[in-house]
Amino acid sequence: MAANVPTQRLTSFNASHAGFEAHRDWERVLNRGGYGMVTWPAEFGGRALSLIEWLIFEEEYYRAGAPGRVNQNGIFLLGPTIMEYGTAEQKSRFLTPMAAGDVIWAQAWSEPQAGSDLAAVRASATRDGEHYVLRGHKIWSSRAVFADWAFGLFRTDAESTKHRGLSLILFSLTAPGVRVQPIAQIDGELGFAEIFLDDARVPVADRLGPEGEGWGVCMATAGFERGLMLRSPARYQVAAGKLLALAKARPERVDATIEAALLQVVMDAEAYALSIFATASRLAAGGTIGPEASTNKIFWSELDLALHSVALAILGAAGEMLVHPDDAAHDGDWLDGFLFALAGPIYAGANEIQRNIIAERVLGLPRG
Amino acid sequence: MDFTFSAEQRQSADMLAGVLGDICSLSHLRTSLKAGAKFDDGRWATLARLELAGIMVSERQGGLGLGAVDVVLLAQACGYAALPEGLAGYIGVTVPLLAELGCDIVLQAILAGGSYVAHQDHGFVVARDAAAASYGVVVDGDRVAVVAADALASVNVASIDPFRRLARLTLPAALQAAPAAIARARERGAVFAAAELVGIAQRAVDIAAAYAKERQQFGKPIGANQAVKHMLASAQVKIEFARPVVYAAAFEADIGSVASRARVSHAKLAAADAALAATRAALQVHGAIGYSWEADVHIFLKRALALSEEWGERPYHRARVQRRLTTYKFAPDTLFALETDHG
Repeated sequence: MAANVPTQRLTSFNASHAGFEAHRDWERVLNRGGYGMVTWPAEFGGRALSLIEWLIFEEEYYRAGAPGRVNQNGIFLLGPTIMEYGTAEQKSRFLTPMAAGDVIWAQAWSEPQAGSDLAAVRASATRDGEHYVLRGHKIWSSRAVFADWAFGLFRTDAESTKHRGLSLILFSLTAPGVRVQPIAQIDGELGFAEIFLDDARVPVADRLGPEGEGWGVCMATAGFERGLMLRSPARYQVAAGKLLALAKARPERVDATIEAALLQVVMDAEAYALSIFATASRLAAGGTIGPEASTNKIFWSELDLALHSVALAILGAAGEMLVHPDDAAHDGDWLDGFLFALAGPIYAGANEIQRNIIAERVLGLPRG
Repeated sequence: MDFTFSAEQRQSADMLAGVLGDICSLSHLRTSLKAGAKFDDGRWATLARLELAGIMVSERQGGLGLGAVDVVLLAQACGYAALPEGLAGYIGVTVPLLAELGCDIVLQAILAGGSYVAHQDHGFVVARDAAAASYGVVVDGDRVAVVAADALASVNVASIDPFRRLARLTLPAALQAAPAAIARARERGAVFAAAELVGIAQRAVDIAAAYAKERQQFGKPIGANQAVKHMLASAQVKIEFARPVVYAAAFEADIGSVASRARVSHAKLAAADAALAATRAALQVHGAIGYSWEADVHIFLKRALALSEEWGERPYHRARVQRRLTTYKFAPDTLFALETDHG
């Protein structure tokens, strides 16, 4: 990994087409070495490694300072769902180009009136022979500005309400009738977009899972996302290590308050790693990930925010400064990371929704 | 590291939980409270018949020769039941210490059944149930003495937790140095207190969740309100991220390195944090009844308060984690003390 990681830091995949394509090239490098998604079977470009081995791979990946995965939506979310629900034809058509970085995926869940209440989606897929005709408006679609394809929930039964009558449909972002409108994020970058669907025609063969059962299929995807795949512990351990280095380099900035916060975030990064190893042990022994995945999502999102908040506290007045040519220590990265971490408690199911899930499905409290 | 407990480990924890359900239910505790929360000879005798006392004693000395990982779930079950008698500390700390010190006569009396030994270690643990003890283990710094009960002078001290029948034992004149055995006992003490705290935390959340389902206000169960849900969910998150740390600490407890000591301290801090948050949330969910003597919440809240500072107060444990951060590299490959730390 260390021998292959780009020597020049790549520009953000949200900042420009060039940055996105540089990250795609890195995905191709990974895939050529058989490291695109190491847990996948060899026929789809993987190495059939176990979950524990994947965690080890992730440790090496983050330790080498390798670029962020532009391919994340595909390999961690859609890929596992295709393996579980896809037809043989869908597996062969989608998984190999996904692992190769040739097709990069965006998410298309939310709509203007369906955020936390995802089951309120209105975008429709109307059957017309061997096609669906997509109409509607998706929003907050991560990576959609530069990505190739998207996956999202559509109402295939016009009479249905809530989570019934929905289907998970895959569509090309360059198909006729699909228009992508970038949205600038809090950092000014184009990390997400609106997608307007105006009679876009999609083959029925691009529906994943049974018609009308998209909610269950999509919840499987959300389970992977909230679960251990989206955030491997090495990410936070490496960040905590960098934070300790920052504190050691600037001892005059570390007062008792900062020291206490530092201790807490480092312990939390360890706790997250131990918890993931405990989950991986359970899965290896034949267990499953249930609603307790929601506790993970709350924990890592709050940990990420706390880590970066401590860094900004150490940086003090310098914390507001963006990365600039004289910034040899890359202090500005902490601000970038902080801004990104602010989104953590919101995306992939807001933490309030996760707390509802824990209360209702783990503790058995009544639905509100 | 494989976090999967063996079938035997899970079965013995289930067995103990079952017995505690029969002899240490909330109604038993309420009845006992009314009668002054005295040492329950019958319950202690029932627990003695489980023959757990020798679980961490070597087979050569007549024990089962098992380790902290085999006791951690038992300690959790003791916490869940709010067992007043200090079984976890007894079988996991006091008895193994006596075995290590080579106190064979005391050990044989314990393994023969029934005998109880009080344990005092200034700054770490206050002796409990001195009146019921046949012997006392008294530690001062890195020196220790084991004395028969009739030679033990003690003064009872009331705890906020009526079930913790504390006593201050007078320091015997002759103590022997045993730094390594005492250090090991303190590590295990912290691990099993942490495990008890995790059990306490889970019971507090379970009791509060049951109450929130039942108690109606504004025409619906109070548990249907997000303010209540989120408070309990947040406590559950703390429990979920303390538990694996406690299990890892049990696995590493006997290593005695900078990294393993930091893990034990992390476990203790995280478990205390979870138990204090969970019992506090349980009190709030119960409302006024939770503040009453009659409700069960206070039993868990007070135990959490006491155990959070037992086997090392929180500043002591924070300092040990701090030591690791300043002396060891912190990275993914240093996660497990066994593989990385030779200090």
